[in-house]
Amino acid sequence: MKIRIKFRKYGVLKFIGHLDVMRYFQKALRRAEVDISFSGGFSPHPIMSFAAPLGVGLTSDGEYLDIEVNSTDSSKEMVKRLNAVMVEGMEIISYRKLPDKMKSAMSQVAAADYLLSFREGYEPQNWSEWVEAWERFLAQPSMVVWKKTKKSEQEVDIRPMVYQIGLNGQTIAMRVATGSAQNLKPEFLMEAFYQFAGMEWSSFTFQVHRVETYMEGEDGFVSLEEAGTVIEMD
Amino acid sequence: MRKLALSDEILLTIEKPARYIGNEVNAVMKDKNAVDVSFVMCFPDVYEIGMSHLGIQILYDMFNRREDVYCDRVYSPWTDLDKIMREKDIPLFAVESQEPVKSFDFLGITIQYEMCYTNILQILDLSKIPLLSKDRTEEDPFVIGGGPCTYNPEPIADFFDLFYIGEGETQYYALIDLYKEHKKSGGCRKEFLEKAAELPGIYVPSFYETEYNEDGTIRRFYKTNPHAKDTIVKELVMDMTDTYYPEKPVVPYIKATQDRVVLEIQRGCIRGCRFCQAGMIYRPVRERKLEMLKERARTMLKNTGHEEISLSSLSSSDYSELKELVTFLIDEFKDQKINISLPSLRIDAFSLDVMSKVQDIRKSSLTFAPEAGSQRLRDVINKGLTEEVILNGAGMAFEGGWNRVKLYFMLGLPTETEEDIKGIAELSDKIARRYYEIPKDQRNGKVQIVASSSFFVPKPFTPFQWAKMCTKEEFLDRARIVNHACREQLNHKSIKYNWHEADVTVLEGVLARGDRRIAPVILKAYEKGCLYDAWSETFHNDLWMEAFEECSVDIAFYNNRERDVDEILPWDFIDTGVTKEFLKREWKNAKEEKVTPNCRQRCSGCGVMRFEGGICIENKN
Repeated sequence: MKIRIKFRKYGVLKFIGHLDVMRYFQKALRRAEVDISFSGGFSPHPIMSFAAPLGVGLTSDGEYLDIEVNSTDSSKEMVKRLNAVMVEGMEIISYRKLPDKMKSAMSQVAAADYLLSFREGYEPQNWSEWVEAWERFLAQPSMVVWKKTKKSEQEVDIRPMVYQIGLNGQTIAMRVATGSAQNLKPEFLMEAFYQFAGMEWSSFTFQVHRVETYMEGEDGFVSLEEAGTVIEMD
Repeated sequence: MRKLALSDEILLTIEKPARYIGNEVNAVMKDKNAVDVSFVMCFPDVYEIGMSHLGIQILYDMFNRREDVYCDRVYSPWTDLDKIMREKDIPLFAVESQEPVKSFDFLGITIQYEMCYTNILQILDLSKIPLLSKDRTEEDPFVIGGGPCTYNPEPIADFFDLFYIGEGETQYYALIDLYKEHKKSGGCRKEFLEKAAELPGIYVPSFYETEYNEDGTIRRFYKTNPHAKDTIVKELVMDMTDTYYPEKPVVPYIKATQDRVVLEIQRGCIRGCRFCQAGMIYRPVRERKLEMLKERARTMLKNTGHEEISLSSLSSSDYSELKELVTFLIDEFKDQKINISLPSLRIDAFSLDVMSKVQDIRKSSLTFAPEAGSQRLRDVINKGLTEEVILNGAGMAFEGGWNRVKLYFMLGLPTETEEDIKGIAELSDKIARRYYEIPKDQRNGKVQIVASSSFFVPKPFTPFQWAKMCTKEEFLDRARIVNHACREQLNHKSIKYNWHEADVTVLEGVLARGDRRIAPVILKAYEKGCLYDAWSETFHNDLWMEAFEECSVDIAFYNNRERDVDEILPWDFIDTGVTKEFLKREWKNAKEEKVTPNCRQRCSGCGVMRFEGGICIENKN
């Protein structure tokens, strides 16, 4: 049985990298006595896969992992059981059953929402100038930047990967392409903007928070959670 | 939410920020200001090593069981963070509370190996605690040391206010109670130390002085404070079952060296190998009861979520109910896909059967620790492993499908001759020959034998504590002889030989058997930038050699002379229960190549019988 788990990652857990989050969940699922399925072979490992790895330093309200189980309790009970073994900085939001033939979360991911806020000491000195440059930046029909891949560096237009973007006070909200087909890191977009505006860029400028991760639905994006159904038991 | 001591910028710049953020699974959070006594426990090496140490897990759990105590943890910042902390003047902090180490009542440092001594100074320095005990004031925590290296605390005595000699389970509560009372009555630092000095196992180095003879040996070691004891008897737990042992060990986020549940099945060792300090200082052997171990295996696996469990002891094969325990672990946890790791097992029919159940034979290797190449020298060191046993064990294993063997030896053992040295290569070859006795169609490819040698360092409280140690050149010459001899063997293509660094061994020798005159050398080496000396990439022998030179301390005096059995040794004031008469007798037996039976075969009267526990009383029943 396939299960999709949605969780939050916040606080000091933002310093825990993706591989260690995987290790964390392997142990957490054991602590919660989830009846997880194992792969075959001499060194069997629990069957689990994550939707979209979150970089070190980022927090999130919309992380997903898919697991396979042999048996399960109700969604409500499982969320409770898992939360009982979490640390501060990890919270299970939902536990849902997926249709058997459902593709993995990783291959479904298409977009994600982010909120970016200025880290203390990195706020712009002149906000109205910043906003003015920002509007000019967004008004461009294309945003061609050099993007490094593993093998080479190439020019790409990142504008089509930005689905929605706006300001809310001094917080930047955006929906961008995420996943294996197309992927735009919010910091990458912001770095392009700082270069465009001739402002000094530091990778520490923004605290980046992922709000939700999406897949393609029938009418636009729906959260990965929507693919699953709540398990009810008497 | 907790506020971290380090900024995001720092944490996102350094390697593995998870080392410094605390908040691990099963970590205990308390309000430091709401308890009577705060204690920060330190392992002076990098986090992944420190988090793997069972002793800290035991004491951390034991301290935090008390509502009036908060025990936090701290580890050595890695060199990247060390640099930043110095540049930005950030004081060292404990990982959970993120509060400065200096704000705690106690800083407890476990001292597991000599090569961490400069790391101890780093901890003090970054905490802004004066490096020398004599310079500390009422503002500073009490710095207390424990662990195996404190059986000769003298080289580091100047850096500590107190040492706890022996196993921590027994006297720490009393020490904490004493401190609580002291805090209430508001006495000064010295008054507390005087009261503490009267507790069993507690050694306050500032209450003692040493006088030296003209030849550099010790004339007299004496107490200068009436509260101090003449001898410090080591502390030990007599009932290993009804005692403190964590049910919820802390689980790190990043992979620690020991990423598994550790089940300590017994303490001590019956074997009496003459080079082995652990085998002497942890006497007598005391086993935990099978029922307790079964119960802890269950609860610890459940509470940590670890996917592996390992038995821990100096010689697991000697645990009297090993079969029952291992069978239980396999039956109980196999379905949950829990790996079972069984280090320090002697190779025999039983262990091979177990190993074939819990590991992939194709991927695992057999490990033997003959320690010496010839039977003569194995008799000298009282290593009861014979060539026959090794070849039989290897033969059985080869027939069962194994084809990889690891062999551990020491070079530079007392009385060692060229013949003994070459014996390492010859024994390796005999094992290979045994493999090729199996018909070709039944063999599993080629045999791979990896022989490794470390250099022998005489340790306090062993029968070899008086022995002369080799110089660096002598060590390397011996390694070359082995290497050359390996190449002359029939099966030389199947044998790989590795040897340990000699520089670091020489230093370990001085630190292990040094006296109080070594402290200035350690201090100087630290000031010159020595840190993480146990790590080959950060070890700077040249700086250490400069420090010895500048302090006019002669390495040869400590390492390269045989001590007279009547010489006063720096650690003579400590009583481990094993008598000096026994050690002398064993030193003599060694030179006469006489084997001493193990504790289960016959009592050899080492002296620990007076603790009235463990194997000493088992034998009487």
